[in-house]
Amino acid sequence: MTAALQVRGLTTRFDTRAGAVTAVNDVSFSVDPGRIMGLVGESGSGKSVTGFSILGLIEAPGRVTGGEVLVEGQDLRALPPDEMRRMRGRKVAMVFQDPMMTLNPVLRVGDQMAMAVQVHDRVSRRAAWDRARSALETVGIPAPGERLMAYPHQLSGGMRQRVAIATALLHQPAVIIADEPTTALDVSIQGQILAEVRRLADDTGTAIVWVSHDLAVVSSLADEICVMYAGRIVESGPAERVIAAPRHPYTRGLIASVPSSHAPGGRLPQIPGSTPQLSSLPAGCPFRPRCDRATDLCVTEPPRVAAAGRTVLCHHPLEVAP
Amino acid sequence: MSLLTIDHVSKRFTRPTGAIVRGLEKLRGQTPKRTVHALTDVSLEVARGEVLGIVGESGCGKSTLGRIVAGIYAPSDGAVTLDGAPVARESRGTVDKLTTRVQMIHQDPFASLNPRMKVGETIAEGPRQHGLIPAPDLRDRVAALLSQVGLEPAYADRLPHQFSGGQRQRIAIARALAMQPDLLVLDEAVASLDVSIQAQVLNLFLDLRRDLDLTALFISHDLSVVRHVSDRVAIMYLGRVVELAPVAPLYDAPQHPYTQALFASVPRLGEGRARFHPIKGEIPSPLDPPPGCAFHPRCPFAGPRCRTEVPRLKPHDSRAVACHLHDGGTGATTGTSEAA
Amino acid sequence: MSDTLSPTSSTAAVPSAPPLDSRATRLRHFWADYRRSPAALLSLLVIVVLLVLSFGAPLLAPQDPYDMAALDWLDAFLRPGEVGSGGYTHLLGTDNAGRDMLSAIFYGLRTSFVIGLSACALALAVGIVVGLTAAYFGGRIEAVLMRVVDLQLAMPAILLALVLVAILGQGVAQIILALVVAQYAYFARTTHGAAKVERGKDYIEAARSTPLSTGRVLFRHLLPNVLPPLIVVATVQVASAIALEATLSFLGVGLPLTEPSLGSLISNGFKYIHSDRAWLSIYPGLFLMVTVVAINLVGDQVRTLLDPRRAT
Repeated sequence: MTAALQVRGLTTRFDTRAGAVTAVNDVSFSVDPGRIMGLVGESGSGKSVTGFSILGLIEAPGRVTGGEVLVEGQDLRALPPDEMRRMRGRKVAMVFQDPMMTLNPVLRVGDQMAMAVQVHDRVSRRAAWDRARSALETVGIPAPGERLMAYPHQLSGGMRQRVAIATALLHQPAVIIADEPTTALDVSIQGQILAEVRRLADDTGTAIVWVSHDLAVVSSLADEICVMYAGRIVESGPAERVIAAPRHPYTRGLIASVPSSHAPGGRLPQIPGSTPQLSSLPAGCPFRPRCDRATDLCVTEPPRVAAAGRTVLCHHPLEVAP
Repeated sequence: MSLLTIDHVSKRFTRPTGAIVRGLEKLRGQTPKRTVHALTDVSLEVARGEVLGIVGESGCGKSTLGRIVAGIYAPSDGAVTLDGAPVARESRGTVDKLTTRVQMIHQDPFASLNPRMKVGETIAEGPRQHGLIPAPDLRDRVAALLSQVGLEPAYADRLPHQFSGGQRQRIAIARALAMQPDLLVLDEAVASLDVSIQAQVLNLFLDLRRDLDLTALFISHDLSVVRHVSDRVAIMYLGRVVELAPVAPLYDAPQHPYTQALFASVPRLGEGRARFHPIKGEIPSPLDPPPGCAFHPRCPFAGPRCRTEVPRLKPHDSRAVACHLHDGGTGATTGTSEAA
Repeated sequence: MSDTLSPTSSTAAVPSAPPLDSRATRLRHFWADYRRSPAALLSLLVIVVLLVLSFGAPLLAPQDPYDMAALDWLDAFLRPGEVGSGGYTHLLGTDNAGRDMLSAIFYGLRTSFVIGLSACALALAVGIVVGLTAAYFGGRIEAVLMRVVDLQLAMPAILLALVLVAILGQGVAQIILALVVAQYAYFARTTHGAAKVERGKDYIEAARSTPLSTGRVLFRHLLPNVLPPLIVVATVQVASAIALEATLSFLGVGLPLTEPSLGSLISNGFKYIHSDRAWLSIYPGLFLMVTVVAINLVGDQVRTLLDPRRAT
C-alpha cells in the first residue's frame, strides 16, 4: 500500500536578524490512508511550520530548503506553482486553529463551500451546493440546509470548525493537515469533533496529520505519534506504545508533566529550563541542557535509533521491554 | 469561619445601544436580547487555607466570578465579602476596589504585565502605594520575591519582553504576593503555558501554598489541573454552580449529569484510543438561557420538571448538587428510577 | 518532601532569560531600518541642517534683521549675489527695507520652528489629557469630550485659527495658543483610539485590581503604551503647525514683519511677485516647502517603522 503522505528530510529555514534559523530540521514520517498521525510539540517546536511546509504555504522570510513531500507517491515539492495550487484543496487540505482563516465572513457558508467545489470541479452551482450539504452531513452537522444559508458569524465556534473540516473534505483529499483544530474549543465540543474526525478517517480513508500541543487529545485520537522538539522529530511510533513507554527523555518528561498522571497535591516531575530559542541552539542534541541523561557524548549530533516501528533521536534512549 | 463569602451573587451585563440603533430595531420590529446573564445566584464560601477550584466551559461565568471576587466588577445582586467586609463598591458606574487583600493572576502573562515597565517596578508599585513595605526595604523585598518565585533577583531591571511565558507568569505571581494577599484569584493561570512550563508553575503554586498558607480561587477549564491543586471544586454551567464537592468524591463519582458528561468528554492520557461519549448539542447562549435547568436541552435524563423549574443547589453530605434527579425526580420515568 | 523541592530548586529550573533585545539594541535596529530609505535619511539631514541654521542664526546670519538700526535704505532691493553697504554679499538679495534675505530667512525659520514645536508640544499635552480621560473613564465624560473633538476635526484648522487670532490679537504667544486649540484635537483623537485599545488589556485590569491610584494607572501604565502612534502624529503636526503659522502670517493676521517668520516674509515679497523681484517671495517659500516636506518624509518613515503590522 502506498502511503497517503510521505515526508522525507523536510527542512524549512527562516532568515532572521539573528541569522538563519532551522524551524523544521530533517523531518521524515509517513501516514497511511485512513490513519491519524499526531504531531505533538510545545510552542516553537516547529510542529505548525511542518504542516505549513507540507502544503507549500511558507512565506518569506521562510523557505523550504530541502526534502520531499509525497502525496500518493507524487512529490509536491517538484510541482510547478500552479499545479501545486491545484493539488491544494483537492489532494491535500488544511484545517486551521481559527476557522475564520478559511471562512469568508461576508459570504454564506453554502456559497463559499460551493465555490470551493467549483474551483476544482466543473459542476453546476446546484450540484456544488448538494455536495456542500452532504459534506456538512458527513461531519455530523444537524440541519445542514439551514447552516448553508448562514453567515459564519451566525455559527458557534465549534460549528465553524466543523464547517472548515467539511470544506476540507469536499474533494475527498488524500491528506488533511489539521493545525490545533480543537485548541480554541470547549471540552464538550472538542469531544464531539474528535469523535467525528475519528469516524471520518475510518470511513473515508483520508489520512490526517493532527498537529497539537495536547498529548491527551493526540493519544486518544491518533494511531501514530511524532514528538517534535526544536524543529526535529525526537520520537515517533505507535501512539499507545509511545505514551505507555516513551524512549526519548523529552517525551518521558512531557508525559510526566501532565497532572492527571499523578496523585493530586503532589509535586509534578518537571522538565527543567525553558524551550530553547531556535537561533541559539546548543551544539549536538538540542535537549541536552534540560536532560538528566546527558553525557559528554551528547555534544555530538544524536543518532536516530530505530526499532520495532519506533524511532528515537537520542544517544541514551530509555530502555523498554520489547 | 470562612474567609471569603460569595452570597447570592448575580451579574448581568447589558450592551449599551444608541438611539439610532434602537430606532432601526423598532422599524424592523425586532429587539434582540441585550442582557447577558453571566452569573445567576451563586453562593460559595472559601475557608482560610483552602483552594477552591472553579471549572466550566465558555459562558459558564467562571471568569466573571473571579473578577467579581477580585474587585474588578461589582455584582448586580448579592455581595462578596472578605472577613465580612465588602471587596468592592460601585458608585456612578465605576467600581472602587476596597481591599488589597485579594489579588488576581491573569491567564495571559504576555498581556498582564505592562510592556514598558521594568518588572521590579511592576512588583514594587502596589506595596509602595499602599505603604505595605517601608520604602528603604522595597528593593530587597522585590529581590526576595523574585527569588521566591524562582527568578534571579537581578532580573528586576528587565522589561517583560525579555522573559518567556513561564517566567512572566512567575513575575505576575510575585506582583500578587507583594501585596501580601489573603486570597489569590487565579484565572486560567496556567492555560496559556506549555505542558512542561505548566508543571513548573503548578509546582511553584503548590510550594507557595505550603509555605505561605495561601487561600485561593483556582479557575480553569482543565479538569486535571484543577484536580491537582484544589481541595474542593465547583462545577459551573451557564452562570450557575451545578455541583460542589471535595476533590476526591467529585472525581470518583460525579453526581450532576453535566459533570458526568464533562468528565466523559475529556481525553485522558494513557487510556489509549478513546471511545468518545461527547455531550450532544451546543452550549446555549447566556444571552438567552433555556428555561428551567439550563442543562436540560443536552441532558439525557431530562424530564418535564427540568424544563420549567430551576433546580437549587441542595447539599448532600459534604457535597451539593443542583439537579432534580437528586431532589425528588424530574418527572421522567428514567429520572425517577435513578434518583435515590 | 525532599530538599530538592524547596523554592530554591525552582531557581535552578529557570537558568536565564532568553537572549532577547534590550532597549538599546531595539533602537539600533530601528536606526538600521530607518537608514534603508534614502529619502528619509536625506530629510533627516535637511531638518538637522535647518535646525542648526535657524537656532544658530545670531551666530551664522550675516545680519540681525530685528535690528532696525543695522538696516540701510540704500541696500533695498539688491539682487541675489550683490554686495551691499555692509561689505558682504547678499546671497539671496535684500527686501524693500534693505534687509538681508538670507538672514531674515534664518531668523524666520527660527520663529517658525519655535512656534511649530511649542504649539505641538502643548497640543500634545492637552490632547493626551483629553484623550486619556475620555478613554479611561468612558460614559458621559467620553461622549462629551470626543464629540467636541469630532466637531473640531470637522472644521478646517485654518478657519479656527483665523477666528482665534482675530480674537486674541497678534503675537507669538497668541499664535501658539491658536495653534494649540486648532491642533489638540488630532492628538486627542489618536490618544483616545490607542488608549481605548490598551484600556481593555489585562495589565490595566491588573493595575486597577491591585488597586493603584487612577493617576498612576493613567500616566504610568496607559500613557507609555499609547505614545508610539502619538510620535508619528506629532511629527506630522509640527509640519502642519509651521505651515499653519506661515499661512496666518501670510494672510496678515500672524506675526508683524518686525518679527519675521517665513509666512510674513512670503507675504512681504508677494507684492513683487509679478515684478523681477519675485525672489523675495520665492526663497522663503522654498525654505518653507523644504522644511514641511522633510518633516513629513521623516514622519512617514517613522510611521512605517512603528506600524505593528510590519513584519520584523
